[in-house]
Amino acid sequence: MNSTSPQFKENARKAMADAGLQKALGTAKGAFLQRRAAAVAGLPEFEQLRNTARDIKNHTLANLDFYLEKFAENVERAGGHVHWCSTAEEARAAVLEICRKANAKTVTKGKSIISEEMGINHHLEAHGITPVETDLGEYIIQLRGEIPSHIIAPAFHLNREDWEADFRRAHTDLDPDRVFHERRDILTEARTRLRQKFLAADVGITGANFLIAETGSSVIVTNEGNGDLTQTLPRVHIALASIEKVVPTLEDATSLLRVLARSATGQDFSVYTTFSTGGRRKGDLDGPEEYHVVLLDNGRSNMMGTEFQEMLRCIRCAACMNHCPVYGTTGGHAYGWVYPGPMGSVLTPSLIGVKEAGHLPNASTFCGRCESVCPVKIPLPKLMRHWREREFERHLQPGGVRTGLGIWAWFAKRPGMYRLASRLGIGALGWLGRKKGAFKSLPLAQGWTEGRDLPVPQGRTFMDEYAKRQRNHSDSRVPRGGAGR
Amino acid sequence: MSKEAILGAIRRGLKRGPLPADQRAMLEGRLATHPRHLIPARSRVGRPEQIALFIRNVEKEFGTVARVPNFAAIPQAVADYLAAQNLPARFAMAPHPELKRIKWADHPMLEVETRKGEPTDLVSLQHGYAGVAETGTLMLPSDPHRPTTLNLLPDTEMVVLRASRVVGAYEEAWDLLRAERTDKQTGGFMPRNIMWVTGPSRSADIEQTLELGAHGPRALHIILVDDDPAAKA
Repeated sequence: MNSTSPQFKENARKAMADAGLQKALGTAKGAFLQRRAAAVAGLPEFEQLRNTARDIKNHTLANLDFYLEKFAENVERAGGHVHWCSTAEEARAAVLEICRKANAKTVTKGKSIISEEMGINHHLEAHGITPVETDLGEYIIQLRGEIPSHIIAPAFHLNREDWEADFRRAHTDLDPDRVFHERRDILTEARTRLRQKFLAADVGITGANFLIAETGSSVIVTNEGNGDLTQTLPRVHIALASIEKVVPTLEDATSLLRVLARSATGQDFSVYTTFSTGGRRKGDLDGPEEYHVVLLDNGRSNMMGTEFQEMLRCIRCAACMNHCPVYGTTGGHAYGWVYPGPMGSVLTPSLIGVKEAGHLPNASTFCGRCESVCPVKIPLPKLMRHWREREFERHLQPGGVRTGLGIWAWFAKRPGMYRLASRLGIGALGWLGRKKGAFKSLPLAQGWTEGRDLPVPQGRTFMDEYAKRQRNHSDSRVPRGGAGR
Repeated sequence: MSKEAILGAIRRGLKRGPLPADQRAMLEGRLATHPRHLIPARSRVGRPEQIALFIRNVEKEFGTVARVPNFAAIPQAVADYLAAQNLPARFAMAPHPELKRIKWADHPMLEVETRKGEPTDLVSLQHGYAGVAETGTLMLPSDPHRPTTLNLLPDTEMVVLRASRVVGAYEEAWDLLRAERTDKQTGGFMPRNIMWVTGPSRSADIEQTLELGAHGPRALHIILVDDDPAAKA
């Protein structure tokens, strides 16, 4: 998939001026926060389970080669096939070949963000095979020709009006004057429409939340049931997964599942958590005859042994973006590639390069909420800081930024000069704005004043004020009495 | 080949070659013993409380539960539920021996077809393998007696579950499966498919507002057979 990450600043500006998007973000963002907080409050062991989840993933990553081989061995033992793919291109070719062998005309798809990374849909279409997204959110995204704006709620950026308009536009065989009384009517129309597609499909493609080395199983976690219909009804099931999805055992997966749904949607457990192991067995009345796993690397193995290895713990719950003030303001499309929000700001530069995605790790206030809610305790702000350092080392920022940082660093290393300069600056600003109360714009600070006014500094610098209070404090201190309290 | 390239890059990152034999043996041991991690205390209660927790959690997730004293009481419970929901007295039933043994013929108003699920089915009756009290979750493995389509295609899914098969935590359900199943074809204990089901299908994709009845069943009804003397309240 091509990225628009280099245009993050323009994307963000457009997003902030988009009234529809801002309305959708306003409706959506509170819901996730409250639900997660309630689910976490309902499980006293949640904090301990975060440590467990982190440790399981760390153990797996330290032995990733072993567990991947074990997984592949057990998939094959259960009659399935594993396709190892270094790049998105290889993965596309592997999927196409399986579909061709199955003489597939249509392919149903469960939600898979990896499939966005691979760019499967365009590839299949270009070769005469019709992919049909079946997750409700993905379905409307496909109708609109967009990409998901959120990793678990693809249509996070849309309002109910958008759904109604798109359904009228796409489902032309239905009465154009039909009324959608409530959200459920939209859901019912999609359900009816997609039922026919599920039954007609020759191949079903899903993602995988986990791969289990011990049993050779892939696991999907859904609420709608579309993923299950996708992997049950067609003759062939393809599970797409990246290499870091593997965990050793069912018990390990179970522990991770305890934090996944709570962090993601704020449910104690998702409606459907399904384990697929190989194809149909003797005597089974249903289920696919063939089972394939397309295992994608796409740059992840290069993260091993670097400071970004920790990012490979991510279980894609989206808590970081749900709690991010930047995501909450710009929405997901501004980030310009598959993965938005804080996890995207760390992962995207790893996968498509910091030159392409350098703006993303800069799009953070480092408030730290993402790290505080991460179920596998990924230090997201620290990792974004690593990207900023790399960007600086590789001279990827514009000259103005580098010069500014250089000047700031010179003063920062000389505290006396720093204090003197701030004292002079504050004094000058105070004098200049003495009649205004606030600045509407300032040279070199337009980025800041564009969205808000800068209050005119009052009094002295923080350090001066602090020093003064310390002095007063020590003057007024009463000697401690003998008895104490 | 890409397999070697991927494994090679991982090993380079980890600054080592393939694992030495002793470390492999240690990891094989971890797989063989599949140690449990921290299990939340909420399901560590007596049997009657465990059953009550299971029911409470099913209902919290918009499922319903009817308790019956034995298998003979199931047809009446099914008839009552279908009538109350205004549903036709016709359903697709899993070809499980325990369900087939029920004397359906004594209840001529119920039309029972023993088969997998079909797209036109309004109602199904599945046989539950286990229930997990921790979150009110059903464990539904696929096998010739429990077709997966019965969990997916009908508008309403009914599931018969023995109270003796309600466990506290997911790990206990895995233990049952490991102990009871061997697949002749693969030599392992995993069936082709295992669905953990917690309530009826839903979606919150439209404005993050929850709506029941997405692609799977719109209603989930559990008929809990009180076969466990220790579990009776």
